[in-house]
Amino acid sequence: MALVQPPEPIHLSARLPARAEPEQVPAVMRQKPLTPWLYLLPALIVMTVFIVYPGLSTAYLSLRDKSGGAWAGTRCVAGQPCWGLFENYRYALTSPIMRQSFINNLTWILVMVTGTVVLGLLIATLADRVRYEALAKAIIFLPMAISFVGAGVIWRFVYEYRATGEQIGLLNAVVVALGGQPVAWMTVPFVNTLAIILVGIWIWTGFCMTVLAAALKGVPGEILEAARVDGATEWQLFAGIIVPMILPTITVVITTMIINVLKVFDLVYVMTGGNFGTEVIANRMYTEQYTNFDTGRAAAIAVVLIIVIVPAMVFNIRRFREQEAIR
Amino acid sequence: MNTDRLRRRLGGLPIHILLLGLCALWLLPTLGLLVTSLRPFQVVTESGWWTALRPPPGAQVYATQCAECHGSNGAQLPEADLSDPALVGPYRRSIMLLGMLRDEIDGQPHMGGKPLPTPQEAADVVDYLRGLSGIETHSAFTFDNYIDALTGYRGTTNYRTDCAAGTQSVDLSCTLADLGNPRGMGRAFLNSLMVAVPSTILPILFAAFAAYAFAWMSFRGRIVLFALLVGLQVVPLQMTLIPISRLYADLGLTGTFLAVWLFHTGFGMPYAIYLLRNFLGGLPRELFESAYLDGASHWTAFYRLAIPLAVPAIASLAIFQFLWIWNDLLVALVFLGGQNPVLTYQISNMVTSLGSGWHLLTAAAFISMLLPMIIFLSLQRYFVRGLLAGSVKG
Repeated sequence: MALVQPPEPIHLSARLPARAEPEQVPAVMRQKPLTPWLYLLPALIVMTVFIVYPGLSTAYLSLRDKSGGAWAGTRCVAGQPCWGLFENYRYALTSPIMRQSFINNLTWILVMVTGTVVLGLLIATLADRVRYEALAKAIIFLPMAISFVGAGVIWRFVYEYRATGEQIGLLNAVVVALGGQPVAWMTVPFVNTLAIILVGIWIWTGFCMTVLAAALKGVPGEILEAARVDGATEWQLFAGIIVPMILPTITVVITTMIINVLKVFDLVYVMTGGNFGTEVIANRMYTEQYTNFDTGRAAAIAVVLIIVIVPAMVFNIRRFREQEAIR
Repeated sequence: MNTDRLRRRLGGLPIHILLLGLCALWLLPTLGLLVTSLRPFQVVTESGWWTALRPPPGAQVYATQCAECHGSNGAQLPEADLSDPALVGPYRRSIMLLGMLRDEIDGQPHMGGKPLPTPQEAADVVDYLRGLSGIETHSAFTFDNYIDALTGYRGTTNYRTDCAAGTQSVDLSCTLADLGNPRGMGRAFLNSLMVAVPSTILPILFAAFAAYAFAWMSFRGRIVLFALLVGLQVVPLQMTLIPISRLYADLGLTGTFLAVWLFHTGFGMPYAIYLLRNFLGGLPRELFESAYLDGASHWTAFYRLAIPLAVPAIASLAIFQFLWIWNDLLVALVFLGGQNPVLTYQISNMVTSLGSGWHLLTAAAFISMLLPMIIFLSLQRYFVRGLLAGSVKG
């Protein structure tokens, strides 16, 4: 219950009425007591059936066995560690494959968040100073319009590997042209995770760039001009004035990226299927449910996923709201 | 020239180089996909896409070894016209060509003082001559891969060749009906539309009603209910999949379009309501007040006032929701599967089943990217706006 309706957003409601206070509804617009519920009913019904009920049900199923027929404790094997009712969570938190997934998701967070934010900031700053700004931004943003599956195909082709003969994958062709040996990018552990993360960076940098560019435009020119007159270098301007001023936006971008990264599924599914040490939490959940047909474990992984996501989500919604209020 | 201006120009040079370099880097992978999808299938797995404009290997050999006597177009010697299909036709393999080159002509070596070509070179020349004499058409680019992908062709040559020879597989009829082949991208494209259009309209419709109620009606529990709703945005897709698949299996809905429409409607709702309520709530209250004083009902105020004013917000929301669904794999995989395959499902299947059929894969991927790209390029402003607002979605 607490998982689906976290206390934080309710607490948010204390400062919710940034726009329309309850008493702000004009008195003349009072209606019959039933009318609002007629407007709300379709939305409330579909949300209850497709979000609230399944959310609670998943939490319940995570405490049940493989098919949901009995409590999870019955899965315990004598002589092996057992968490009783939380047996599925023992799997979701301590099994080697899940540990691998946590490590990979952490790598994803570290590399991809750093990559997208740094590149996004760099490109936004550069584009701000040229006349073809709109074109450059459109090019960087374009991958956001493409599906992860499409991006997966594009990059699998870039990473294509041939043991001998002419390389048709761009990356290995470059490696060979520089005198190196071709690399099987998709099957060498850790290298493959980094290779898939690179695809993520290619996709999401445009998003970070756009958000950060909007913030950059908000930095008053007079302040920068004044600092320039005082002899500050461009780098000092950037590190000492611009970055601190857009820091709130940067934090929103970072948390948004963390949420996206934690839920990453399609890319891994298409590029390696989670094999060769590239497993991530969301793909593991899919595999448990739809390949191994283990509802209990899949549900436990889903619950773990939401628990990891909620803090970032709450932080984000709150920040988003604050920015809306300022705007 | 003004040296000061020159210095400023040069001072900006690193910026241009860095930015243009990054843009090129960003475009390169997609360019590779596009070029590959347009190349004949025979060459796709033999050479990198960046060599597409390079002349075929046989041309080089021909130019150094043969062109001196036969001419660059092959027709210089009337008694040995290499542009004549009848003359070139019998030499199908390198060994036949080599044998002929070894023979003397009027007591003189065929090749004069030149060394005989290696077997590989001879094979390249044979290939080149078949193009030169018009026996085979050798163009660098073709749309065949797109035809193959759209019709779901899986043979060893291509759809047009097979159909011309009458050797197509049983699931193809060589008529327009092939566009409906369940294995093809043509059918998948239609399925994607069938999924995405209602799944975009329904949640926005429902959300508009609810958002209006939250913004301009007073009822008990309004604030709490809206806060709960905002909270629902944190629920990730994965949290809802299992119970809904069980429910659909019980109701026999698995694999139907209705199943996906309902799911997307439910799941897209919190964000849609949140966005629309914020927009509607931000409209000037005098507007609604005066409408009411003029005797308008809530219903009139809703569809004559609120909806027309909310068009920009609805457009952003619709584009965001449509592309989200168009590009979605997980929901399609779980609830539709192979019964009504959509584009993303079909491509991810092709990746596993024909891992190196790059001519088909690249064409298929580009077909799936076409609509999003058109939307992005034509409605960029709405797209970016919807996406930014949607960044808090679960």
